[in-house]
Amino acid sequence: MTFRARHLLGIEHLAPEEIRTVLDLSEKYVELNRRTVKHSDALEGMTQINMFFEASTRTQASFELAGKRLGADVMNMAMQHSSVKKGETLIDTALTLNAMHPDLLVVRHPASGAVDLLAQKVNCAVLNAGDGRHEHPTQALLDGLTIRRAKGRIQRLTVAICGDIAHSRVARSNLILLGKMENRIRLIAPPTLMPSGIRDLGCEVYEDMREGLKDCDVVMMLRLQKERMDGGFIPSEREYYHRYGLDAEKLAHAKEDAIVMHPGPMNRGVEIDGELADDINRSVIQDQVEMGVAVRMACMDLLARNLRAERGRQAVGVMV
Amino acid sequence: MTTLLTNARLIDPEGLTETTGSLLIENGLIAGIGDAKAPKDADIIDCGGKCLAPGIVDLGVKIGEPGERHKESFRSAGLAAAAGGVTTIVARPDTNPAIDNPETLEFVTRRAAEACPVRIRHMAALTKGREGREMTEIGFLLDAGAIAFTDCDHVVSNTKVLSRALTYARSLNALVMGHPQEPGLSAGAATTSGKFASLRGLPGVSPMAERIGIDRDMGMVEMTGVKYHFDQITTARALPPLERAKNNGFDVTAGTSIHHLTLNEFDVGDYRTFFKVKPPLRSEDDRLAVVEAVASGLIDIISSMHTPQDEESKRLPFEDAASGAVALETFLPAAMRLYHAGQLTLPQLFRAMALNPAKRLGLPQGRLAEGAPADLVLFDPDAPFVLDRFTLNSKSKNTPFDGQRMEGRVLATWVAGEQVFKAEA
Repeated sequence: MTFRARHLLGIEHLAPEEIRTVLDLSEKYVELNRRTVKHSDALEGMTQINMFFEASTRTQASFELAGKRLGADVMNMAMQHSSVKKGETLIDTALTLNAMHPDLLVVRHPASGAVDLLAQKVNCAVLNAGDGRHEHPTQALLDGLTIRRAKGRIQRLTVAICGDIAHSRVARSNLILLGKMENRIRLIAPPTLMPSGIRDLGCEVYEDMREGLKDCDVVMMLRLQKERMDGGFIPSEREYYHRYGLDAEKLAHAKEDAIVMHPGPMNRGVEIDGELADDINRSVIQDQVEMGVAVRMACMDLLARNLRAERGRQAVGVMV
Repeated sequence: MTTLLTNARLIDPEGLTETTGSLLIENGLIAGIGDAKAPKDADIIDCGGKCLAPGIVDLGVKIGEPGERHKESFRSAGLAAAAGGVTTIVARPDTNPAIDNPETLEFVTRRAAEACPVRIRHMAALTKGREGREMTEIGFLLDAGAIAFTDCDHVVSNTKVLSRALTYARSLNALVMGHPQEPGLSAGAATTSGKFASLRGLPGVSPMAERIGIDRDMGMVEMTGVKYHFDQITTARALPPLERAKNNGFDVTAGTSIHHLTLNEFDVGDYRTFFKVKPPLRSEDDRLAVVEAVASGLIDIISSMHTPQDEESKRLPFEDAASGAVALETFLPAAMRLYHAGQLTLPQLFRAMALNPAKRLGLPQGRLAEGAPADLVLFDPDAPFVLDRFTLNSKSKNTPFDGQRMEGRVLATWVAGEQVFKAEA
């Protein structure tokens, strides 16, 4: 078992065996979460602070539940309403919190790179819960776990990522993770929502959805991020749905046993057909939510182990 | 006061030659060159075979007065310039408030004269408040000493306003400096679009925004006949229109910044905000094309685009951080990277850093010739060092070269024959 990271800032910094370690440990927590008594003492006595500079219900709830099930003292801070409004800088906020001796800091921020910046200033483990359009590592890990459980493996699969790729941190983290695990990745989006130069990252780029979905094992839909768009990326939602919304007809181009994923929250009738999203034979969207809690428990458990080890070394004066 | 500098490697950007010899300074002017003989009372300085070149004329330096003196004052900028071999600072008007009326111009002229050990000339804004709505009092400002007119990185997007300002400037034979950029395309951008921007999730601007900007500005030049200088050309695609314009005989020149010549987009790495400049750093292909354009003379001028920013403006998420880097002191060592890479010779470098800017501004500096002002820099192009940003004279320490290995050190600087800087032995 290998997992050396001090923080979880992005998939970019993880080695394939570290990803496998997270997924393997997550399996144990999936089992735990299905019991009536869902308690472990991995984070007993530790303090976890969830700092969300951007509104979030699902991810924050998932992290909160994960921390509580591991026995941590969890505090939620909705930063978009607090000191940020009074003009405090990110660094000052970080230093203030650092003085309260948290052990795990879960951070979501609207600016790319903000979580990296914050991690440089605190001496606890930092988990990136999404920074701007950069990365959302726990989402990619939970998607990886969902795929592995549904398909029995996470290698040599053809995975299509469809929709608003330009504004999506989920797409970036998944692209990196699936690439590291040696899968074939296709990106499908209207050209206005496709980031430039993305072809150089080792994926296939499609503008036609039916063509792109051909023989895929996994279809990963993305939410159209209306709140990040400053106008005019697509002509209208109905044209978008017509050309890029996933419905049974378009899905028929993928493999017969292809699974459908969506990081949520869904815009039914914009990027995905409502009935298809609820089809228990194809859609694993509910599984993704379940895996989310387990993956976050595993990540925090591993980071806490490294944190304890590091503090132990510091206490006995070993040079790190 | 007579000084003889002997045993120097003389860098002549006019003749594009390097020779060994001596140089005589008398009454603030270069009085003899080559095998000049000294009168009996002359101070004799042995240059030890090191390079002696005309002092750098730096077109486009931001100084924090008025408004942001905590970032840079005339004093600190002047000390940094002297230590960097910059003997003439051409200051930008993007201060707060902007230098857009004769009173403000007189204020900065007086402050600079009191505090700055090197020569300093001021540019004024082309439109009031650099807002692109009304032209400034170009005539009064010229009378008060403005050397050129520019709204710096603000693009005058209203072409009617711009055409009137340029026409008026043409009637007074004033030089206008513009920032070639399509403001709509580049709105909100923090990097150049491409693989790197996409991977980092940062908003990028297509390099085409610069090409569209230069095309539009060329139309305005053709329409008004104004003397025009592009402050920073940083992409390969902007070079053909520039070449066409020069071949068609328009009175245009172009500059670029030392950072765009020595760094590329990947240097930003993990969101290092000291590498955030405006326009953003470009691809390696663009960088090489621009270096080549400097060598061929298509791009006339290299500037430091010195832009001091304090820690608070830089210690922010990349998108929110301020743009700009200090460069007065690192200008020459950074330029030596191009020399050591075999891409530009020393005379070519000083043609772009001293001779051409002086010529464009109608100044007598920038030459190693009899009768020219004795504004000189003595430097060792090979001296290695590791840059520590806290050793810089600038009040702001936002250099992208912090911790990097550099080659090339300024040993001494003279302005009008007076030594204003001497390196510690």
